[in-house]
Amino acid sequence: MQEECLLKLRGIDKYFPGVRALHNVDFTLRKGEIHALMGENGAGKSTLIKILTGVYQMDDGSITIDGEAVSIHSPQDAQNKGISTVYQEITLCPNLTVAENMFIGREGGLLVNQKEYKRKADEQLQSLGIPARGGQQLGSCSLAVQQMVAIARAVDMKCKVLILDEPTSSLDDKEVNMLFSLMRDLKAKGVGIIFVTHFLEQVYEVSDRITVLRNGELVGEYLTKDLPQVQLVARMMGKELDELGDFGETDSAAGSDSPVFYEASGLVSEETNPFDFTIRKGEVNGFTGLLGSGRSESVRAIFGADKVTGGTVKVNGEEVKISRPVDAMKKGIAYLAEDRKRDGIIADLSVRENIILALQVMNGFFKPISRSESEAFADEYIKALNIKTASSETPIGSLSGGNQQKVILARWLLTHPDYLILDEPTRGIDVGTKLEIQKLVLQLARDGVSVTFISSEVEEMLRTCSRLIVMRDRHIVGELKGEDLNQAQVMKTIAGGEA
Amino acid sequence: MKDGSKKFLKNGLGQLTIPLIAVALLVIFNLIRDPSFFSISITHNNVGNAVLSGNLISIINGASELAILAIGMTLVTAATKGQDISVGAAAAIAGSVFVKVLKSGSEISVGMVLLAFLCACLVAMIFGAFNGTLVAVFNIQPMIATLILYTCGRSIAYWINGGATPTVNSPILNAIGSFAPGIPVPTPVIIVIAVTILFKLLFHFTSLEILTQSVGINQSAARLNGINTTFIKLLSFILLGVCVSVAGCIGVSRLGLINHETLLLDVEMDAILAVAIGGNSLGGGKFKISGSIIGAYVIQMLTITLYAMKVSSTDVKAYKAIVIVLLVVIGSPVVKERFRKIFKKGKSGTKGVEAA
Amino acid sequence: MNKNRNKVKEPLNDTQLLMTITICIFAVMYLLAIVLLQGGFLHAQQILDMLNDNASLIIVSCGLTIVMIGGGIDISVGAVTSLVVMSCVLFINKGGNPYLAILLALGIGLAFGAVHGFLISYLDIQPFIVTLAGMFFARGMTTILSVEPQKLDEEVFNGIHTSIKSDLLGYRAKNGNVIPANMELGVVIAAVCVILIFVLLKYCRLGRNFYAIGGNQQSALMLGINVKRTRFATYLISGLLSGISGYVLMMHIGAGNATNAAGMEMNAIASAIIGGTLLTGGVGNVLGTVFGVLTLTTIKKIVVTSGLNQPYWQSITTGGMLCFFILLQSVVLGKRQKKKKAS
Repeated sequence: MQEECLLKLRGIDKYFPGVRALHNVDFTLRKGEIHALMGENGAGKSTLIKILTGVYQMDDGSITIDGEAVSIHSPQDAQNKGISTVYQEITLCPNLTVAENMFIGREGGLLVNQKEYKRKADEQLQSLGIPARGGQQLGSCSLAVQQMVAIARAVDMKCKVLILDEPTSSLDDKEVNMLFSLMRDLKAKGVGIIFVTHFLEQVYEVSDRITVLRNGELVGEYLTKDLPQVQLVARMMGKELDELGDFGETDSAAGSDSPVFYEASGLVSEETNPFDFTIRKGEVNGFTGLLGSGRSESVRAIFGADKVTGGTVKVNGEEVKISRPVDAMKKGIAYLAEDRKRDGIIADLSVRENIILALQVMNGFFKPISRSESEAFADEYIKALNIKTASSETPIGSLSGGNQQKVILARWLLTHPDYLILDEPTRGIDVGTKLEIQKLVLQLARDGVSVTFISSEVEEMLRTCSRLIVMRDRHIVGELKGEDLNQAQVMKTIAGGEA
Repeated sequence: MKDGSKKFLKNGLGQLTIPLIAVALLVIFNLIRDPSFFSISITHNNVGNAVLSGNLISIINGASELAILAIGMTLVTAATKGQDISVGAAAAIAGSVFVKVLKSGSEISVGMVLLAFLCACLVAMIFGAFNGTLVAVFNIQPMIATLILYTCGRSIAYWINGGATPTVNSPILNAIGSFAPGIPVPTPVIIVIAVTILFKLLFHFTSLEILTQSVGINQSAARLNGINTTFIKLLSFILLGVCVSVAGCIGVSRLGLINHETLLLDVEMDAILAVAIGGNSLGGGKFKISGSIIGAYVIQMLTITLYAMKVSSTDVKAYKAIVIVLLVVIGSPVVKERFRKIFKKGKSGTKGVEAA
Repeated sequence: MNKNRNKVKEPLNDTQLLMTITICIFAVMYLLAIVLLQGGFLHAQQILDMLNDNASLIIVSCGLTIVMIGGGIDISVGAVTSLVVMSCVLFINKGGNPYLAILLALGIGLAFGAVHGFLISYLDIQPFIVTLAGMFFARGMTTILSVEPQKLDEEVFNGIHTSIKSDLLGYRAKNGNVIPANMELGVVIAAVCVILIFVLLKYCRLGRNFYAIGGNQQSALMLGINVKRTRFATYLISGLLSGISGYVLMMHIGAGNATNAAGMEMNAIASAIIGGTLLTGGVGNVLGTVFGVLTLTTIKKIVVTSGLNQPYWQSITTGGMLCFFILLQSVVLGKRQKKKKAS
């Protein structure tokens, strides 16, 4: 309390029908600090942030800004009180210019001065080193730049509190560093920053203080330097760490002499350069590289998700043509897409329907899966994967991220694939589920299923994969296995240093 | 068992609450106004058949075309998140083809009628495929894509029969348009039942339902699950084409002539309305055919009630509009939420089992 | 360096691109008309006639453009126009002041706009259904007011059917007399509306907010825009313009009839689409819409004057034209998206 408190939340309660999302949560933000808000999915981070930004109204508790009690009724209200937020999903309008996106909705008055906007925007963008022009249509910028424009907007609003909700999930390393230096600048100017992320390394790189939530309750507030990473994970999960490490060593030799399942040569899609790739039965391999290096695009080409324009593909030694997802599925290939919300879940359909969807498509149009059959399937996988849902008829959209991911996983497991491609299966889900998924991958490999695993967390891939394919600028630049499978070597190859 | 009925209440009735309430309100209103409103009598028509008659029969009979169109419209809405506003025009085309083929032969036999219907059906399916191609292949919003046919469809119908409004007289058409010999129930009603059963069978023997819903809710995910989204959207329009041709042929049979200007005029609006009143989101996704069919009967019941109250046919629209607004306001999520809050406050502590 | 940056010419955005295409096609169409049909289309009066006949369509199309930019749809505009004509004619014939009738027209329009806006933005009901109900209501009210056509008194009609004449733009008839060009007052009103809306959309905060809510409603909310109020405003303006359009139509034809402005809503939607407004929202321009109306009219004129004078040819060509523009938009925008992806 001695330091200057910028924002004080005390005893926050929030109820949703049937759920207590937050219970008696305290949170304090001081001037000029970067404060990481940590917790697993469902811990209440997003709820807390939405209360702060006026999207939700709290049921009980108090909010104080600069020592003054306030109540926040709407996002507009939050902005006026100096609280700005940059969300994980871009919350700007793609059809307007960059400049307009920075200034719209901020002040009253009848007219707008486009020229003035453009000039001010260019100034601000330049001073922050953001590669965009004020007059550009926002939709023509890359996602990363759009994100930075959102930050520029917040900065320009001279906010006192800046909330960054998973801002780094669509940025590559260079951009992340740019963002961090920006955050440090703002910190020096006395802005309080609330930083929400799933990347633990980033928390330690940039934050001063950490608040941990679990199941809607406050676990504690710590100085970052006093809280070792393992302790943080333990606090978030409420488990002791020993339990986490408990899954057998990867058998790096596994599958090295089993027959080849899938072989592609010169495979090229609209989004990739030609590449060669093979995977053996029971092998777990990984594609790694920075965002945009072509790792996702490569697996999409394998699955036929993007338009394949050339190359030959052999499955079980037999030449086949895979140009649409359904072709791949018929050959025993399954693909869990990177963007769960956009490419995975069918939000309004029930868990049951989501689970049987892929099998249904494979069965064909004229062989519907009967109700009782599908219920049996759903119950089986809900139990096997420990999916937390009220019933199999609950719409999948109302499940937490981790459970949604498990449902999608169940969907593909139900097709009994020979080759499972997992593109970022652990992104944005809690640590516990992450471990469950990793374990599952190894289990599948032991049963003879080939798995390709993609993750932006190298550590996770090192734990699961016996072979890593490294990509840079849409080209395969290296293949690591055996002794070379370590963090340093991977980083080196990604960065392009000589091996 | 108890669990099952609860589930039914929650999932099954949830969507049908509004249309059923509407039906109930209309029935009660009519019974208060005129207790004998729904009485059914047996009369003999001019051919000498014993047939059922009464307001209820004319409601159910009159809504036939609308109910059939509503079925197809529901599918299109679910798969494409948009509506086909050309169904009236397309029905006029189908009707014209129907008449054209009937006229081409010397006499009208059952086989001839069947052939004419098949031709009409084929043409309607082709136009459906045209709309569907614009929507599914070129990614044009359904309302805009079908605006084309809406604009010129009735002119095409006019052109098919060379600008005339030919009449066709045949006992067979009479049997289709009103009563078949020996059956006291109007034939259009039987056709509605047949079409409904056909669609139910379609849903039972194919995976159309889940595939359509998946495409409507999340197209990108549906594609990555191997669903041919283009095909599903196209199919929905083609199936609507089938519905359109059935409706068009019933319409022609009722009158014994084809009038390209007035056949099923403004029916597209009613069909969309039926889908919405049936509790289906016009934004696509999950759907219930039964809701749309009830929606169609609600609209017809409303119209007949107004006629019974001596409202002239041109003025009916104004009253219809008021009822529609009332229905959608009651069904609006915002209003529901308000009501729930008021309800809860009034009954705090007791566990109220709401209708929803 | 900084100066150079400011001078970078921005590529056309979607709105401008679609509008440019429309204007080009209108020019081509008109030139074609001049070449094919000679004479008539060279006279200024031809353009003025097109404007005279379509002033009210231009006005409602502008209102619809705003609604569509905001991501909604208003199919009641034609019916409201018709209701306004009928009410104003009856009001004036009952001895009401023609100028007071303006207030009546605006009032009816605003009332419809306000009810639509309230139901759609505050009660969250689908715009199609609400405005469909509005359309039914307005059409029904029109026939309740009078099933018979109502003619305005000759004297009054001559009083308000004023037009601006200009010898300069006129043409010399065969007998040597100059027939002055003749532009009705309604065209001036339409022009004022177009200019006001253009300014509103381009330079006013409210207008930019229309684009924002149409582009991404959720984002607009997060950016601090009052989405509900903004959406309400789009329908209110559309209603108001329907009112004005009704008065202008009355000035033009001087009679109320239940079939007035029949099919106008679809013509208005078609014009807006041809003018480059997307029904998905966020993209559109009122000038494009004006050219949309003109393009549509030119085509119809060409069809009529080129001998295909059965009524059905008009709508068949309109349909074909619409099909062409819709496909063009889809292809052009699709190509753009691909290019963006590749870069």
